[in-house]
Amino acid sequence: MFYREAGQFKTSYASDEAVFPIRQDKIGIIVILLVAFVAIPLFGNGFLLQAVMIPFLIYTLATIGLNLLTGYTGLLSLGTGAFMGVGAYACYKLATVFPEVNILVWILASGFVAAAVGVFFGLPSLRIKGFYLAIATLAAQFFLQWCFVRIPWLVNYNISNAIEVPTRTLFGIAVVGPTASPQVRYLIVLTIVVVMTWIASNIVRGRIGRMWMAVRDMDIAAELMGIRLLPTKLLAFAVSSFYCGVAGAMMVFLWYGGAEADTFNINQSFFVLSMVIIGGLGSLLGSYLGAALIFILPILLRLVPAELGMPLHPATAEHLSFIIVGALIILFLIVEPHGLARLWQLAKQKLRVWPYPY
Amino acid sequence: MSLLYKIFFTPFVQMAAAPDLLVQTLWEGLVAGVLYALIALGFVLIFKASGVFNFAQGIMVVFGALTLVGLYDLLTQYGLSIPAVAAFVALGLTIAVMFLLAFGVELMILRPLVNQPDIILFMATFGLTYFLIGLGELVFGGNPKIMISEQLYLPRGAVDLKMLGGFVSLQKIDIAAAIIASIMVAGLAVFFSKTRIGRALRAVADSHKAALAVGISLEQIWVIVWFTSGLVALVTGIMWGARSEVSFALQIIALRALPVLILGGFTSIPGAIVGGLIIGIGEKLGEFYWGPLLGSGIESWLAYFIALAFLLFRPQGLFGEKIIERV
Repeated sequence: MFYREAGQFKTSYASDEAVFPIRQDKIGIIVILLVAFVAIPLFGNGFLLQAVMIPFLIYTLATIGLNLLTGYTGLLSLGTGAFMGVGAYACYKLATVFPEVNILVWILASGFVAAAVGVFFGLPSLRIKGFYLAIATLAAQFFLQWCFVRIPWLVNYNISNAIEVPTRTLFGIAVVGPTASPQVRYLIVLTIVVVMTWIASNIVRGRIGRMWMAVRDMDIAAELMGIRLLPTKLLAFAVSSFYCGVAGAMMVFLWYGGAEADTFNINQSFFVLSMVIIGGLGSLLGSYLGAALIFILPILLRLVPAELGMPLHPATAEHLSFIIVGALIILFLIVEPHGLARLWQLAKQKLRVWPYPY
Repeated sequence: MSLLYKIFFTPFVQMAAAPDLLVQTLWEGLVAGVLYALIALGFVLIFKASGVFNFAQGIMVVFGALTLVGLYDLLTQYGLSIPAVAAFVALGLTIAVMFLLAFGVELMILRPLVNQPDIILFMATFGLTYFLIGLGELVFGGNPKIMISEQLYLPRGAVDLKMLGGFVSLQKIDIAAAIIASIMVAGLAVFFSKTRIGRALRAVADSHKAALAVGISLEQIWVIVWFTSGLVALVTGIMWGARSEVSFALQIIALRALPVLILGGFTSIPGAIVGGLIIGIGEKLGEFYWGPLLGSGIESWLAYFIALAFLLFRPQGLFGEKIIERV
């Protein structure tokens, strides 16, 4: 009744092609942004910001990155964790070699290093496809992780062989390092993620995104229509790795505050892939929903028994949460194989025609 | 120049100087290769019959081995005092558990998700992996366990062969693993080519629709295939567990077996075996002779690069069916 576009007339092409053509969507997104930018940092406690919102947003960015590659271009990759690692190590290296440049510049710049590495490991994608490609990208995962362990130059010859985030400031306020407050870090993460989501939404709506989708649907047909496969696929790898690299740099600098090579292991790749698939392949909204479900669900599962007054042994709770998450993944796939984004679409359609569904 | 020398010359000099060491390395590679081949075999069986890339194969190996050891512990606690009897009863029960698992997977995952894209089914096996990890740790605990190899009459100790001016030491369990794997592969080959069920399996692998049309029950075939690959996983788990120990770290070997798959092709059983041997031997030789150049630990990615090198020339793997695409 309230959610329909009746009476909203488009008088120009620009307004017809807007990101949110329906007025209710615009209002909704403004409300969500207001809550995210104002209400949460004002009223949220440290736990909510540090352990829920910051990691959720960072994983969302990585999920968007992988979604651009897997969901939009149809190239299955299992090297996400390593590309995130490249971003993190590049950011650390750049930030310690050039300490006078602002850290936020380096967080974004480290994405370009990850993009270059991603393009290199994307080269086999021209010859091999599908699961063969997925396993080929595992080569990137294992090789890069080996590099993180074996090349001490990457961590400035630290004895601990780990990244330790130095304190850096912006306008005199500490933004990274041990003294930075969760509120500041949250706002920075949120800003970067929102801006990069906006960029991604415009990429996938434009010429490049359409080329990617043509390649995904059938690459031979796309080639016959004049899309050059090599640049298109490599561009997808580059943009995707850029997003993953920035996510990795933020993960270390704005969330963990330190990292070693094992932080970016294969489980990280699988974790992000499961967010992409549960959220919905080829959907930016799905990236948010998938990251929320996969990341926040285990946290809730750990809180529930304590709230109900059933103290479980931590190990038992951990195992139970594994079982439940596994079962829920299967359940969600059975209920809606196209992901949570599809569920939201269906709900929207129901809302529009309500209360007369026929 | 000296680097090229180190890459292309020195290792071969080393090989020629100590042939017994070379034979020893080859043997170790061969054994590792046999076990990789067994895991790859489990993947291939399922991929051929149901088109599912079964990510859970690695955890099935662990789960099978853990169930066996766990049940053996339970049985000895509750009065079965003769170790051998208890071990074989536990083995029988474990096989029953693997059957139940296959049945459950068919009922809960494959049937509701029939005709979905490959990646969705892949994700479902990912969920299955989580589920089995949680279940295994909840029931049997997360501590590493010792495989009951003595009670199953698996040999122990080593044989020293005197050859080529030195000694080559062969672990008896490795010999047993190689023999059992060969018997298993031969048995599967006979099963596939000679029996009625085997023919039905091959029909399903060729085309689901055609198989349905001639009256083959897909559900039955899927249960059989998942059960067979559960058995392969169990054997792999016993062998690998006897070499080291039974723990969740074992599932990492499943990731090691993935290059074997792309090398041999997803749909080829001979490919899995030959690929396994190539990867196993290549990995050990590379680690032993070329590893010191780069620092140790190159085992973790060397196999992938070997497989990639092959893939650049044959994108469907050594023995995979040629991929024909039509617009």
